[in-house]
Amino acid sequence: MDILFKILIDPFLQMGSAPDLLVQTIWEGFVTGVLYALIALGFVLIFKASGVFNFAQGIMVVFAGLTLVGLYEMGLPAPIALIVTLLVMYVLAVTIERVVLRPLVNQPDIILFMATFGITYFLIGLGEFIFGGNPKQMISEQLYLPKGSLEFKMLGGFVQLQKIDIAAAVIAMIMIIALALFFQYTRIGRALRAVADSHKAALSVGISLNQIWVIVWFAAGIVALVTGIMWGARSDVSFGLQVIALKALPVLILGGFTSVPGAIIGGLIIGIGEKLGEFYWGPLVGGGIESWLAYCIALFFLLFRPQGLFGDKIIERI
Amino acid sequence: MKMRKTTLGLATAVIAGTLMMGVETAKADDSIFVPLFTYRTGPFAGSGIPIADGMHDYLTMLNERDGGIGGVKIAIDECETGYDTKKGLECYDAVKPKNPVIINPWSTGITLPLIPKASVDKIPVLSMAYGLSASARGDIFPWVFNPPDTYWDGLGMILRYIGSQEGGLEKIKGKKIGYIYFDGGFGKEPIPLFEQLAKDFGFELKLYPVPPGEMQNQSSQWLAVRRDRPDYMVMYGWGAMNTTAVKEAAKVSYPMDKFISIWWPGEDDVRGTEGAKGFKTLNWHGIGTDYQALKDIQKFVVDKGLSKAPKDKVGELLYNRGVYNSLLIAEGIATAQKLTGKKVVDGADVRRGLESLNIDEARLKAIGLAGFTGTLQLTCNNHNGHRPSFVQQWDGAKWVKISDLIEPMPDKVKPALDAAAQDYAEKNAGWPKRTEACDKPS
Repeated sequence: MDILFKILIDPFLQMGSAPDLLVQTIWEGFVTGVLYALIALGFVLIFKASGVFNFAQGIMVVFAGLTLVGLYEMGLPAPIALIVTLLVMYVLAVTIERVVLRPLVNQPDIILFMATFGITYFLIGLGEFIFGGNPKQMISEQLYLPKGSLEFKMLGGFVQLQKIDIAAAVIAMIMIIALALFFQYTRIGRALRAVADSHKAALSVGISLNQIWVIVWFAAGIVALVTGIMWGARSDVSFGLQVIALKALPVLILGGFTSVPGAIIGGLIIGIGEKLGEFYWGPLVGGGIESWLAYCIALFFLLFRPQGLFGDKIIERI
Repeated sequence: MKMRKTTLGLATAVIAGTLMMGVETAKADDSIFVPLFTYRTGPFAGSGIPIADGMHDYLTMLNERDGGIGGVKIAIDECETGYDTKKGLECYDAVKPKNPVIINPWSTGITLPLIPKASVDKIPVLSMAYGLSASARGDIFPWVFNPPDTYWDGLGMILRYIGSQEGGLEKIKGKKIGYIYFDGGFGKEPIPLFEQLAKDFGFELKLYPVPPGEMQNQSSQWLAVRRDRPDYMVMYGWGAMNTTAVKEAAKVSYPMDKFISIWWPGEDDVRGTEGAKGFKTLNWHGIGTDYQALKDIQKFVVDKGLSKAPKDKVGELLYNRGVYNSLLIAEGIATAQKLTGKKVVDGADVRRGLESLNIDEARLKAIGLAGFTGTLQLTCNNHNGHRPSFVQQWDGAKWVKISDLIEPMPDKVKPALDAAAQDYAEKNAGWPKRTEACDKPS
């Protein structure tokens, strides 16, 4: 009886007794969720274009962040370092298309998936070779990112919003909306959707598969850079970030692998859900449940919608 | 034609490789092989790199300055573990055939599965201030050494320090102490003692585990800290966890002077972090290069381009921690040479050497480390030393020593340690009784 009280009643009593903490927890979950959504978006873009789960998206976040800070440490001014990093991500996209993807056209998806493992380990090695394995401080100030916090007295307590978190949420939202509009309403976006439906059909109407792949990998690189900057500013740029990037997996399971709105809604559900779960229910089992709770939330949704919230229902003839 | 060329090339490579191996084996015969398990890659590289550099450079300095130890060169070989237990065990299997005289796992997770192997393979394990606390009992774990302190000693010293801040240990009764920790072997290690001490001293213990995958995503834990408002926070963190914890603590406005860590955070974990000023950690050795041995490292290793460390990193906290680790290796080998009369010692000899380790003030002076650290004596029964440490505080630019030496809590720790060691031996059926003779009375 006591355990039922602790699971079903007590967390809600806690929420009622300290509503400021509830708001703070939801805010923290929201910021985390937006960043998860951003990472998930990188996966979705590539999955839509090639049907491949890009395992390298996590290391792309680290690589982009490391390149930016590394170039700054080498003496480039921050804005120039930012532009050069974008160029590096473009060169990376072209290289991946030429060296990895083009030779694998029409190969089974699993081959392309395994190739992204190869890209991961290559980027880990390259990043460590050029920039070393040491974590680096993000150059937030030089990029004019705000610091400090805003405190709002409310609900009998206070809610504290870090300015960097607000900036992260705003930039991520702008990024998500811009990418969604780009792929929804531009010629390239329509071409991408055509490629997603069928490589062969897209080729037959004159769409260049190679060009589309470069564009989506570059877009995923930009997303990785923004994620690297924002998450790097919240902690630091280290190879540990690639593990966090895998948190996008439950987001994708939940939102669907092919849906941009799914990545956003999925990110927010996972972000807010795991924070609420860890904060109110975590202590019942000794805490530290965040790492697996996200998967439980995703699996729960899968019971009712196996294709994810916004994913396409795939019916295959067997 | 092409095929023939390829075959010829391969054959040449195989012959050259075989010859090279021969040269290496010949060299190994008149050298002492010391593998260093390191992690210069992955999420823990921030802590791993300076330690690896310090360990490597001290041994290299001995090779360059003195021609090795007792006239025998040390063959140093790094194996990258990435702080991953599986890779650590692969490293162990890779180095074992080369007759290493000691293993430095540099991870509690890697140390634990190596403990039963040590006595079978006759290779001593040195887990310097980490690993299984109970392995301090030399009569039960004759092949494992964890000086100069166990994690349980560290906890005892932190509690003593908290007591001193409150006006006496009895004053911590009724206080709330939070423990934020890496949710793996290392962070879980002191929990049984922490729970026992909470009962003994009457304080409330709050646990905040940080899963390995969430090291850079700690907002939930620190929100819980804001909710629970502990009077003090204790941290056992590693790698990227330390930086994020300090940032998150500052974010929830936790008073930094009440946030005390075990001895692992280095300068890079706090430098440039807004709000880190006031953060405290334990330590037992000097920082900087104002010691003869460190100057020799600069002269014989760094200036000659034999170090992987940038010049400005030499002498930083974790670099010097690596130096301390290699000091123990070198002294273990030197003592073994003295005990056995052999120049080229093996693992069994070094085990005896470590067990007879006597690093007194005179010895510290002789090896160019006077004032660097306290003395250390190990015995057959005491493989740890349980030495005092001090508290240092980050002043925004550097670590500043702010306390005298603090003794561990032997009255509390020893019974718990004894019980844990007995428990380990009982739970591992067939745990061997010690048969190794003692070189000096305990």
